[in-house]
Amino acid sequence: MSAPITPSAPITPSAPITPSAPTTMTSAPKAAPPAAPTIVLIGHGMVGQRFLEALVRRNVTEAAARIVVFCEEPRPAYDRVQLTSYFSGRTPAELSLVEDGFMARHGIELHLGDPAESIDRAARTVTARSGLTVAYDTLVLATGSYPFVPPVPGKDSDGCFVYRTVEDLLAIEAYAEHRTTGVVVGGGLLGLEAAGALKGLGLTTHIVEFNPRLMAIQVDEGGGAALRRTVEDMGLIVHTGVGGKEITADDAGAVTAMALSDGSSIDTDLVIFSAGVRPRDQLARDCGLEVGERGGIAVDERCRTSDPAVYAIGECALAADGRVYGLVAPGYEMAEVAADAIGAGEPGPVRGTGFGGADTSTKLKLLGVDVASFGDAHGTADGCLDVVYSDSRTGVYKKLVVGADGALLGGVLVGDAEAYGMLRPLTGSVPPVAPEQLVLPAGLGAPAALGPSALPDEAVVCNCHNVTKGAIRSAVADHRCTTVPEVRKCTKAGTGCGSCVKALTALVNDELEAGGVSVDKGLCGCFAYTRAELYEIVRTLRITTYAQLLDSHGRAEARQGDGCEVCKPAVGSIIASLAPTLGASGYVLDGEQAALQDTNDHFLANLQRNGSYSIVPRIPGGEITPEKLIVIGEVARDFGLYTKITGGQRIDLFGARVDQLPPIWARLVDAGFESGHAYGKALRTVKSCVGQTWCRYGVQDSVRMAIDLELRYRGLRSPHKLKSAVSGCARECAEARGKDFGVIATSTGWNLYVGGNGGADPRHADLLAQDLDDEKLIRLIDRFLMFYIRTADRLERTSAWLERIEGGLDHVRDVVVDDSLGLCAELEAMMAGHVTGYRDEWAETLGDPERLRRFVSFVNAPDAPDPTVKFVPERDQVKPDLTILSGPTLPVRTLEGTAGR
Amino acid sequence: MTMAPERTAVRVELLVDQRWFAVCELTDLTPGRGVAALLPDGAQVAVFLDRSGRAYAIANRDPFTGAYVLSRGLLGSAAGRPFVASPLLKQRFDLETGRCLDDEGVAVQAYVTRTRDAAARGA
Repeated sequence: MSAPITPSAPITPSAPITPSAPTTMTSAPKAAPPAAPTIVLIGHGMVGQRFLEALVRRNVTEAAARIVVFCEEPRPAYDRVQLTSYFSGRTPAELSLVEDGFMARHGIELHLGDPAESIDRAARTVTARSGLTVAYDTLVLATGSYPFVPPVPGKDSDGCFVYRTVEDLLAIEAYAEHRTTGVVVGGGLLGLEAAGALKGLGLTTHIVEFNPRLMAIQVDEGGGAALRRTVEDMGLIVHTGVGGKEITADDAGAVTAMALSDGSSIDTDLVIFSAGVRPRDQLARDCGLEVGERGGIAVDERCRTSDPAVYAIGECALAADGRVYGLVAPGYEMAEVAADAIGAGEPGPVRGTGFGGADTSTKLKLLGVDVASFGDAHGTADGCLDVVYSDSRTGVYKKLVVGADGALLGGVLVGDAEAYGMLRPLTGSVPPVAPEQLVLPAGLGAPAALGPSALPDEAVVCNCHNVTKGAIRSAVADHRCTTVPEVRKCTKAGTGCGSCVKALTALVNDELEAGGVSVDKGLCGCFAYTRAELYEIVRTLRITTYAQLLDSHGRAEARQGDGCEVCKPAVGSIIASLAPTLGASGYVLDGEQAALQDTNDHFLANLQRNGSYSIVPRIPGGEITPEKLIVIGEVARDFGLYTKITGGQRIDLFGARVDQLPPIWARLVDAGFESGHAYGKALRTVKSCVGQTWCRYGVQDSVRMAIDLELRYRGLRSPHKLKSAVSGCARECAEARGKDFGVIATSTGWNLYVGGNGGADPRHADLLAQDLDDEKLIRLIDRFLMFYIRTADRLERTSAWLERIEGGLDHVRDVVVDDSLGLCAELEAMMAGHVTGYRDEWAETLGDPERLRRFVSFVNAPDAPDPTVKFVPERDQVKPDLTILSGPTLPVRTLEGTAGR
Repeated sequence: MTMAPERTAVRVELLVDQRWFAVCELTDLTPGRGVAALLPDGAQVAVFLDRSGRAYAIANRDPFTGAYVLSRGLLGSAAGRPFVASPLLKQRFDLETGRCLDDEGVAVQAYVTRTRDAAARGA
């Protein structure tokens, strides 16, 4: 039986959709009611996915329409804007924009790896590469754009790439291995990203730009010069005003060199073309849709093409204002407009204002340099004037374009785009302060940073999602959001490029304050201060005891009391961290400090479920001699301890009674071991792979670096435990990106990653800085750790801290790399104090009879072992005898009024 | 010639089966922490000293885990009443009544304590 091909026929007879087709993400397509129209979407990029979400929000899903999506790439929509973050640790899965189960939940048929190849507008069908033909009632083209490759002879040689998809990046990464030099053709936004990626892969990197300056579209001559200086300072080689003339290849067809238009030549192994993109309109051309002279599928304000049944959105569309927008925010807006028009049915009125044009403001961090442009960045309006601040030494360039009436029209910011979040929303209005004050750096006559309170309610704070200040205020005031994450969820503000998060945070806090909402951020019932605030109090007032802090800064009702189990260890840790600075004893068993520590710190061992302890001697970098291994074995055998290798390349010895800890440690210390601090909120281990010394792939001595780091930071008390690792090459065998600070070797030095975590909430560490030499690496880790210790909350790992603190990774980089707060010298000095003040806690304990007194099971029977700590055999070792513990429960009595004091 | 002894031993005593039993000297205790002690019948008690110098004693067994570890918890105070937080799963026990502050149905035995110096103790 064959179905006629009509607009409402869901499937053509020639190529039925097979439920088991491997590329189909949903199960069997649910049959929509016969009358339900079919919407076909070609292209599943960021804008395509946004269009699907917009349909879902308007309830145009399986019940109302059958939705079929063709996607050329083998993976569903991902965040192409953040593509380069793949090289700083984000996995393709983390880049995905599609929530798990989204397609199935809404009955959307997604065909991955199966691009549409032709459109028959008369029959209203689309045919894909697989031969699958689907009839549509409404067709939406979201085919995006393709990278423009200039017609340079030799452009198809091996080693020539474009920079557009995850697959491109994977191919570049694979090809770059063991190669030394790369050229990026194009010094625009994407070109600089590609150059940064090549540099990160350890290649000597050239940028070839045809225009006389970098980022010619976004920045003016002055901004371009500032950008170039900064980029060159990073070791990239910039060639402007030249083009590629010819690419030469060896006999095998692989790139060897690139000749330039000025007669020079660059020897290179790899070329990335990143010279702009062109709208992907071939499908539209082939089926006779109207396209622009310079490309782009012509659409009206409703995003409808010359065929009323066909829409085009995103980078493939030539908007009604005659422009093709290569940014995601306008694409998102088009997706919404098209979904509105389709959801309204046809013919319908244009809802809202339709799409008539969009703001092309951008803020980026390229190679670690802030670059932003907004509004009329090039000053094209009649009678406009520039206000410029330029500092070549620091690579800062700021220009504001001001109209004749004093209104801010636009601007360019290079090197310091801090003000972007405030300036862009002010565009079009007269700023509340003189424009020159808006470009001066803080401290040079600039007013206290212009707060978001200066913005009008209609100012757009989040450009990606078009969220106004009024909407954010309403989220707080009317929807009772009390935190930035809640506001982000409620309004979507700050969930696009993230450049507005700082302004958003300030706005939310202002609004909360104005609403009289006070959130108790206090550490516990004893202190109304956060851990970071207590740290500052202890540091500046030089408070050396917990009791002093509680009585002077505790909540009124807690003063003179005994504190609690939350704040005592937290304050103990702060005092221990600051001990070298305060001149206090950092030794955790001394004086009052002894009473503040959790039991693990108190006994310098880890309490296990039956009341016994485990022991972890430090094995720096996981490197250990046979002699020391034998000592560990002998100690474990002689004391009947259960032994297990830990995840941190150490050996854990379980089952020691408290009174056995000193004799065990006496033998370990004698053999040259020291405390591994497995019991403390402190540095645990620095894992390593064997590195260059043994491994054929290694490019640095990762073991030596791991040992150096572990010995440097051992004993450092922090808000939570700290883990680290050093990998000797990009294969990353030491899993450094799962650590609080991870180091990965490059051919020229080390890359430093921070904020990684395993556990229940895994997070890959973010790249903080690249290609550091030993000295710079250690200095940067010193600063990073001390800044973390100073500002983190109690029990807040670096991963959560990075996510929480205002400004996130960028802020941390500003502080510890660029010293924006002028703190670095102090942070380094504090770490130096820690390093010189370090003493092994176990060696000190063994040498002090007074300290050893606590290591008894019973105060009134020092020689009696605790009879409840018993073991039974298992797999040739021991395990706790839990039958003793689970024995008959003692009668529980409540003795009222026993306190006859 | 002074009559004051160089060191006056102050003992911490518990009321066990209507009789005072000396478990340790006051100097064996650190304010804010506890020690474990054995009673004549083999039972284990956890003895604590708070910041003001008062001693408390409760059973050493943590009823949530069965382990004899309450003496190794951290001492604190809430609403003016002293408590110890179990070092294993952090439940808090009122040191005067033995009641668990985090689970109404659970309590451990609490003991009456007193401190006596050597002279007052008599022989």
